[in-house]
Amino acid sequence: MNQTPVNLLEIRNLKKTFSIGGEGLFSRPLTLTALEDINFTIRKDETLGIVGESGSGKSTLGRCILQLLSPDQGQVLWLGQDLTKLPAEEMRKRRQDLQIIFQDPLASLNPRMTVGEIIADPLRTLRPELSKEQRRERVLKTMAAVGLLPEMINRYPHEFSGGQAQRIGIARALVTEPKLIVCDEPVSALDVSIQAQILNLLAELKDAFGLTLIFISHNLSVVRHVSDRILVLYLGRIVELATGDEIYMDPKHPYTRALLTAVPIPDPRLARQRTIDGLKGEIPSPINPTSGCTFRTRCRFAQPQCAETRPVLETLDGGRLVACHRWREIEAAEPIGASA
Amino acid sequence: MAPVLTVKDLSVRFALHESEVTAVNNLNFTLEAGETMAVVGESGSGKSQAFLALMGLMAKNGTVTGQALLGDVDLLALSKTELNQYRGRDVAMIFQDPMTSLNPALRLKQQLAEVLVLHKGQDQKQAEASAIAMLERVGIPEPAKRANAYPHQLSGGMRQRVMIAMALLCQPKILIADEPTTALDVTVQAQMLDLFKTLTDDFGTSLVLITHDLGVVAGVADRMMVMYGGRAVEKGSVDDLFYDPRHPYTLGLLHSTPHIAKRAERLDPIQGMPPSLEHLPQGCAFNPRCAFAFDRCMVERPALTAAGEGREKACFHEGPMRYGKVA
Repeated sequence: MNQTPVNLLEIRNLKKTFSIGGEGLFSRPLTLTALEDINFTIRKDETLGIVGESGSGKSTLGRCILQLLSPDQGQVLWLGQDLTKLPAEEMRKRRQDLQIIFQDPLASLNPRMTVGEIIADPLRTLRPELSKEQRRERVLKTMAAVGLLPEMINRYPHEFSGGQAQRIGIARALVTEPKLIVCDEPVSALDVSIQAQILNLLAELKDAFGLTLIFISHNLSVVRHVSDRILVLYLGRIVELATGDEIYMDPKHPYTRALLTAVPIPDPRLARQRTIDGLKGEIPSPINPTSGCTFRTRCRFAQPQCAETRPVLETLDGGRLVACHRWREIEAAEPIGASA
Repeated sequence: MAPVLTVKDLSVRFALHESEVTAVNNLNFTLEAGETMAVVGESGSGKSQAFLALMGLMAKNGTVTGQALLGDVDLLALSKTELNQYRGRDVAMIFQDPMTSLNPALRLKQQLAEVLVLHKGQDQKQAEASAIAMLERVGIPEPAKRANAYPHQLSGGMRQRVMIAMALLCQPKILIADEPTTALDVTVQAQMLDLFKTLTDDFGTSLVLITHDLGVVAGVADRMMVMYGGRAVEKGSVDDLFYDPRHPYTLGLLHSTPHIAKRAERLDPIQGMPPSLEHLPQGCAFNPRCAFAFDRCMVERPALTAAGEGREKACFHEGPMRYGKVA
């Protein structure tokens, strides 16, 4: 990878709000800000991990990128072309490049369709010019790539275990030969041994088909395992974006630092030694966001300035991003290594 | 000291339309006072069913055999009314999803106080005061105010704290926690595990932690029992099983778990998938997925036998295990 990375996707000033019912029957609806000020790029051939707690907006971001949700404002530039402005018919054609894998494999497969029909479905809508034989050929090829046997083509989803159902979901995403796949918690519902098989499969497919992956998960260990770069979201905003090694070894944002100490480590001696950075409380409601930095209510480094002004997303050396007024002071006061 | 709980030959069977499955097969273990024992396994391993059976919480088509001695009382021999004297008082259980375990129509203080009125004969006022004190103990801010709330008004982490408070009200000898942090965010999970540690230390409660997450086990448990296909396949101290696993399944689980500090190119997962209890393989149930299986494993089932100081395994393989890329 000596050539300069190509930016496959560029997200600019993305904002997404939802309108939800008020407290009482006749009260005015409330606005929930799911995402705000989202700016980042996705490079060709990389795996970008997106982590955050529930309510951080990670799934919403994945869906806004794919135009499954329309952002309120901002641009989603796919090789320079703004997907948010694309007419429906144009976007439909784009969809073969942009696919998604969901968390609950069985719930995301139509129980009345056979495996063959499920996998062929995107081809039928996105590649109508293909003949029935061509479709079947592609389906079988894709099934082989994800480790499904050809004789499974006429079976129904309920006959499969969670791990195999997820393979069907992956095959459906892969069959249009996409360039980018958004994986939304693809292994969270699976048993540990099956989870590892699916993670390995995704890595193999990425290499074999030259895919770019967006990997959304609440599990930091899994994200670290698969990702080149990691985006940390908190309450709808980017708090940090850096390479996996940087995030793990040299986290800048106090939220990332706290998050890392809370990740369970499957090593008893290490687990007993380390001290957990006691992050107090839980992620606050996105309905009435706090002033200033959204993390300040749980941050032990917060100072008056954090309540007054919202930290800007700063670009550091090497292109990593961080949004915190005090990260330099925090780093000087508590160097990493002492706490991790 | 005598163990708090001694389980002997526990088996749980479920009648299906035309057949029967054995979800838990001949389980034997003891639980010492104040210790935390992790029960680890994948779906269908029987890890939850074994403890639901102890609590008398089985589905209608289930039958249970064996003994579960709490002191000299066999929990499995009790009638439902008799069992009710022990459930909640001596043995309490909490579940993954706190929302389905709490009564949505009652204020927190009402459902918390109920336990004390029932088991300790306290009057309502006294019970509510103890309930509020316990809510404070488990880290709920403004407990007196929150005690008037309904479950839906709390976040997931708060609800799980309420469940823990409820379980601990009678200071039970044993707390059984079935995937208690699986539905929680990682920062909240860390708070919860910390709470478990403090509470077992302070109250001397023995904790059974049922989980699939080895990261959680490493942080809080003293001993662990690994289950596969309804049976215990390895038992021992957490350190022994993590650093020197003797059963290939334990080893496989460890290699399947991503570790935040190590970015391996590929994980070394166990091949295949957990067996269906209706069609357990002949011999050792793990043999189709085992890298070390040999002829004997296909025909004979290994019994759980001593494998050194304080540990047991159910495997015919002897000597070191080379696994995947990792020796």
